[in-house]
Amino acid sequence: MSGASLLDVRSLRIEFPTRRGTLVAIDDISFSIAPGEVLGVVGESGAGKSLTGAAIIGLLEPPGRIAAGEISLHGRRIDDLPYDAMRKIRGRRIGAIFQDPLTSLNPLYSIGRQLIETIRTHLDLGESAARTRAIDLLREVGIPSPERRIDHFPHQFSGGMRQRVVIALAICANPQLIIADEPTTALDVSIQAQIISLLKRLCSDHGTAVMLVTHDMGVIAETADRVAVMYAGRIAEIGPVAEVIHAPKHPYTVGLMGSIPSIVDDRERLVQIDGAMPRLNAIPPGCAFNPRCPRAFDRCRIERPELIAVGVSRAACWLYPGAGADAGAQARAGAVR
Amino acid sequence: MELIRAERIGKTFDVSPPWLTRALAREPRLLLRAVDDVSFGIRRGETLGLVGESGCGKSTVARLVVGLYRLTTGTITYGGASIDALAAGRAGRALRRRLQMIFQDPYASLNPRWRVADIVAEPIRAHRLLRGRRAVQARVDELLVQVGLAAADGARYPHQFSGGQRQRISIARALASEPEFLVCDEPTSALDVSVQAQVLNLMRDLQRELGLTYLFISHNLAVVHHVADRVGVMYLGRIVEIADKRRLFATPRHPYTRMLLDAIPDLGLTGKARTPVAGEVPSPLDPPTGCTFHPRCPLAGDRCRREVPLLKRVAGVPDGAEGGEAACHAVEEGRDGASGRGV
Repeated sequence: MSGASLLDVRSLRIEFPTRRGTLVAIDDISFSIAPGEVLGVVGESGAGKSLTGAAIIGLLEPPGRIAAGEISLHGRRIDDLPYDAMRKIRGRRIGAIFQDPLTSLNPLYSIGRQLIETIRTHLDLGESAARTRAIDLLREVGIPSPERRIDHFPHQFSGGMRQRVVIALAICANPQLIIADEPTTALDVSIQAQIISLLKRLCSDHGTAVMLVTHDMGVIAETADRVAVMYAGRIAEIGPVAEVIHAPKHPYTVGLMGSIPSIVDDRERLVQIDGAMPRLNAIPPGCAFNPRCPRAFDRCRIERPELIAVGVSRAACWLYPGAGADAGAQARAGAVR
Repeated sequence: MELIRAERIGKTFDVSPPWLTRALAREPRLLLRAVDDVSFGIRRGETLGLVGESGCGKSTVARLVVGLYRLTTGTITYGGASIDALAAGRAGRALRRRLQMIFQDPYASLNPRWRVADIVAEPIRAHRLLRGRRAVQARVDELLVQVGLAAADGARYPHQFSGGQRQRISIARALASEPEFLVCDEPTSALDVSVQAQVLNLMRDLQRELGLTYLFISHNLAVVHHVADRVGVMYLGRIVEIADKRRLFATPRHPYTRMLLDAIPDLGLTGKARTPVAGEVPSPLDPPTGCTFHPRCPLAGDRCRREVPLLKRVAGVPDGAEGGEAACHAVEEGRDGASGRGV
């Protein structure tokens, strides 16, 4: 399905130069997102999932920098664009939703003013047409009596309502891709369910693709078409959501799935992955997961595995013969569904 | 035999503006009832889980139980003695040794300028449990090993540990005074899932080994399902349903409990239809009349708008789990149409 993809990330490497040497936060990852597809990106704190999202929308905080690789949207490279050109893409073609809705909104401006400003930046609309569109957007994201609420300030909204406003901002120029970074993490479960179903509805209505970054496997299960599992700056496994959840291939994914408590099972103990994710300055050689892996053998400690096809998923693990060799080329050939 | 009993406890916070502002604007006092008429008991060796959304008063209950807040109304008895004694004298000190608390944020609850060994030794010194440096040191080493750290870790500072390891340090500190009862306020919500699994497994092992009793507070229903024997569901300062875990999760009776269970993202990918969840938690400063859940409740009737429902016994389930209690007029009147509702 190469060529048809909306977003292509190839061999992306993100580095942080420090006084004590360069830290590699993202190390050679490749994936793509098809139009209208929801790609979930999971992993624990520090796996590099948010950083990947930030790199795509060009909001990598210095000193972090893209050291190698390409990011392209519709086949056009966007990672090397000058600041102004990237500004036109951000918001217009790629929207963003962040974790904390309060810090994503300016507390000094009414939400209407923020929406209208964003709409007029990206679309050729006059003040009153932009206001009408803003009200329509607020209605679409489920804010009651939008004609009145449009003049309210962020502090007058609850957390769930604020996140709806942030979503309205993200979709106001009809982007083809939304990067949603932990959009429901700051919310209570009942509100979380509302926001997830809202995102799902909007994406299917508008055909928007989403890269959904979260640590919550439950959210992914409900929303995503495919999942990428990240560990220590690399993709450990990527595949269709049902496959990754029910038949995980990489030992890390197996452990991760088993460690999630559930209301439908009565296990005495949860699966436990001992240890913790390595720090960036102490990533072990070979497979980064090898010190915690129950199935590690000699090769895992020496040679780094690349993603290879395992059934309908792809996993970077030496347990599956054939990893290595031309796996990098395969990974760049696009996603396997 | 109940180890701890809370009887109709309540806590009101005064959140009024300063006196002068109030006098100038002629505003009345503003009182926030964080916990209202809550009763529960915990048997020895049992884990009671309390769940609810932000602002439902679950952390306030935790703090009331360990005596960090004073009760506004009601009583809490611990092993038969009132915990008002927590505040005072020798009896208070003896009681405080027997109950300890583990906090949510392992970054904020450990003093960054103390070595881990000193943090863990503090309760031992405060309660004068052991005499002599060497005895204290030996006990600290033993505690650190017990929670899965190394004795040598005692020489390090909290910032040298990851979140999960810090929570282990908090647990070691809580165990240092040899308590029988631990109040755990969201102990794993700041942790990643794989680390959460480590801490939950550790807490379960310690409960077995030491015969501990837990009050476990969490907003995560799956976590509560995993650790608790009985579960109480809180909404706007009240317990709306409390029951044996198996009964509560198999046949939730209160409409709010059902809503919460329906809202959990479904990992099984069964594609079950979700009941759309309407509305948000109202402000506790201005709670709705009658049953505080009525504006969001699909079963709300006139009586629900007028009259506060009290916790009433409900039927058990066939496999022997007791029914527990629910505070809902619809359930009481049999209007919920779900006496045998399975999930």
